[in-house]
Amino acid sequence: MMTAFTQDSVKKLSATLNEPEWMLAFRLKAFEIYENTPMPTTSNEAWRRTNIRRFKPDEIGPSINGDAATSWEIPDFLGKELTGEEVGGSLLQIDGVTRQYELSDALKEQGVIFCDMHTAVSNHPELVQKYFMTEGVQVTEGKFAAMHGAFWRGGTFLYVPKNVKAAAPLHSVLWSVNGKTFTHTLVVLDEGSEAIFMDEYASGEEAAGLHNGAIELLVGDNANLIYAGLQDFGQNMWQFNHERGRVGRDGKLDWVTSMMGTRLTKAFQTLELDRPGAWGRMSGIFFTNGRQHLDLDTQQNHNAGNTVSDLLYKGALREQSRTVWQGMIKALPGSQKIDGFQANRNLMLDKTARADSIPGLEIEADDVACTHASAIGQLDPDELFYLMSRGIPRKTAVEMSVQGFFDPLMRRIPFEGVRNRIFDRIVEKIG
Amino acid sequence: MTTALEIKNLHVNIGDQPILKGIDLLVKQGEVHALMGPNGSGKSTLAYTLAGHPAYEATAGQVIFGGEDLFEMEADERSRAGLFLAFQYPASVPGVTLAKFLRQTINSRRQAEDPEDKGISIPQFRRFLKEKMDMLGIDHKFAGRYLNEGFSGGEKKRVEILQMATVEPKIAIMDETDSGLDIDALRVVSEGANRLREEFNMGALVITHYQRILNYIKPDYVHIMMNGRIVESGGPDLALKLEEKGYDWLREKHGELEEA
Repeated sequence: MMTAFTQDSVKKLSATLNEPEWMLAFRLKAFEIYENTPMPTTSNEAWRRTNIRRFKPDEIGPSINGDAATSWEIPDFLGKELTGEEVGGSLLQIDGVTRQYELSDALKEQGVIFCDMHTAVSNHPELVQKYFMTEGVQVTEGKFAAMHGAFWRGGTFLYVPKNVKAAAPLHSVLWSVNGKTFTHTLVVLDEGSEAIFMDEYASGEEAAGLHNGAIELLVGDNANLIYAGLQDFGQNMWQFNHERGRVGRDGKLDWVTSMMGTRLTKAFQTLELDRPGAWGRMSGIFFTNGRQHLDLDTQQNHNAGNTVSDLLYKGALREQSRTVWQGMIKALPGSQKIDGFQANRNLMLDKTARADSIPGLEIEADDVACTHASAIGQLDPDELFYLMSRGIPRKTAVEMSVQGFFDPLMRRIPFEGVRNRIFDRIVEKIG
Repeated sequence: MTTALEIKNLHVNIGDQPILKGIDLLVKQGEVHALMGPNGSGKSTLAYTLAGHPAYEATAGQVIFGGEDLFEMEADERSRAGLFLAFQYPASVPGVTLAKFLRQTINSRRQAEDPEDKGISIPQFRRFLKEKMDMLGIDHKFAGRYLNEGFSGGEKKRVEILQMATVEPKIAIMDETDSGLDIDALRVVSEGANRLREEFNMGALVITHYQRILNYIKPDYVHIMMNGRIVESGGPDLALKLEEKGYDWLREKHGELEEA
């Protein structure tokens, strides 16, 4: 029997997870919003370029129990160390069920909390109640944010206490087999703390279904977070994501996003610079092929003066794939001396692909420096000839050129092992 | 066995425009040929055509390199067979570091020989690169910079010769390698080329406007090209004569070509 997105399913899910009353109440409230919010259509401005008429959520349904996930044999490529470098904590979840988990003594001694979200609900209720979908993503943001609030399952919690510089980076891999994935990432960096966190979402090509995720990155005053969210699902997956980073006084958020998979992705990514001195950098890497459709909606909100945001999203497109990037820089009245930048560059590898690039500014202060740029280009034939004239075969020359296009952004991903894996994926996609 | 580059009655068009109108030239390994001539005479067209640039189409004639028909080979195959072009205006390749690029040029050769080859080891490559960079007076920091991006004219030319030293060609075409170089850089670059001649018996076709580079890379033969044809060939004296007298005497002598 098919399990649909019903109130009954919410209760079953919460019971299966042995959740406390407050979390069930939270889910039920979110479900009410989900029920009362219509499915977005192309008449909704944010969805104008992304048609999800064929998306039938109840044919996929929520992920209630993780039975299959507990017995699924973990393939070698997931089991082995993926980063190739020193990691302080690592977490492997299959369909929201934790299968491998490690946290170094050094990080434990520092008081760093790194665990799956359900463990966090049980063991750190005070932190989860305070930060879960309160300051970051809101269940009221739309149909899928509400669905996520009601049906979330799996994901990672990271908390770094005041003035602690996490001794080593952290790494999560959230793998889906059954194609029903509702992961939640919640990162809280208390005042003056620092951390590096790599968060991967992926599946094999056999997974067919939905990823409805949320990512919340809360960076306190003087705190410093490097976060990379890397998506590589099979091309039978739909993805709807709400992501928000929030930065306090003199805090820093270096936020990298890579998107390689899914049949269709619509993601809302918002950077909130809340206090003077806040700095945020958003880097996007994407590569679409086949009939993939990728729609990224970014916002850089300068909610205080003396804040800096810097966004660069780069995409390569092949075949009949389509991408949309719509960016907005907003400055509240009185947010003086802000510096906001946004740029989107697309590399068209086939004439049949299509990229829309829509920058935007909404500035209600006068002493600001806000600029945007977008460009669409092809591989440079002179560059390819030059590489080939040195004995490099055409295929390798194209790969080098495409890799070169992404290189400045790849350098922002802190692990070589992860960079290499993304590069291998790019090479595979070039075909 | 020495390799030769043999150009026979080569005609090349760019679009519908004939640029080369019957070039005959034989460059053997170990020899230095200078190719001189006024702007627009077709020197760079010859260089690009030999290297395999897709925009240049040979409409007649033949080029044999190492016994093979050059036009049957892609640009990368020509390079691996031992033909090298030092570009007058090298492209920049953003996102690809000089080191990565050079390593790939080596590995592409190795893998063409043996598809299973894993490539040159990193320590071995580092030693190799350091030695070549020192020889050409290139700061080691350039290894980590994106290829030619933001390089000065002189830096680009040194890096062209660094590439030449990396792939060790049998015959190199140096297209105005001297332009934009000050006298010190010219000496370093020329010494690099001469070393390759001594070590690997490299042959060279040195395209230039000026006698100056020929003081360092001494030609065995000098050819003068005008309006798509080689109009005069001789020994090193011809370059000196040209320096002294300019092109007018040749224009007079071959006036009918200018008319054509």
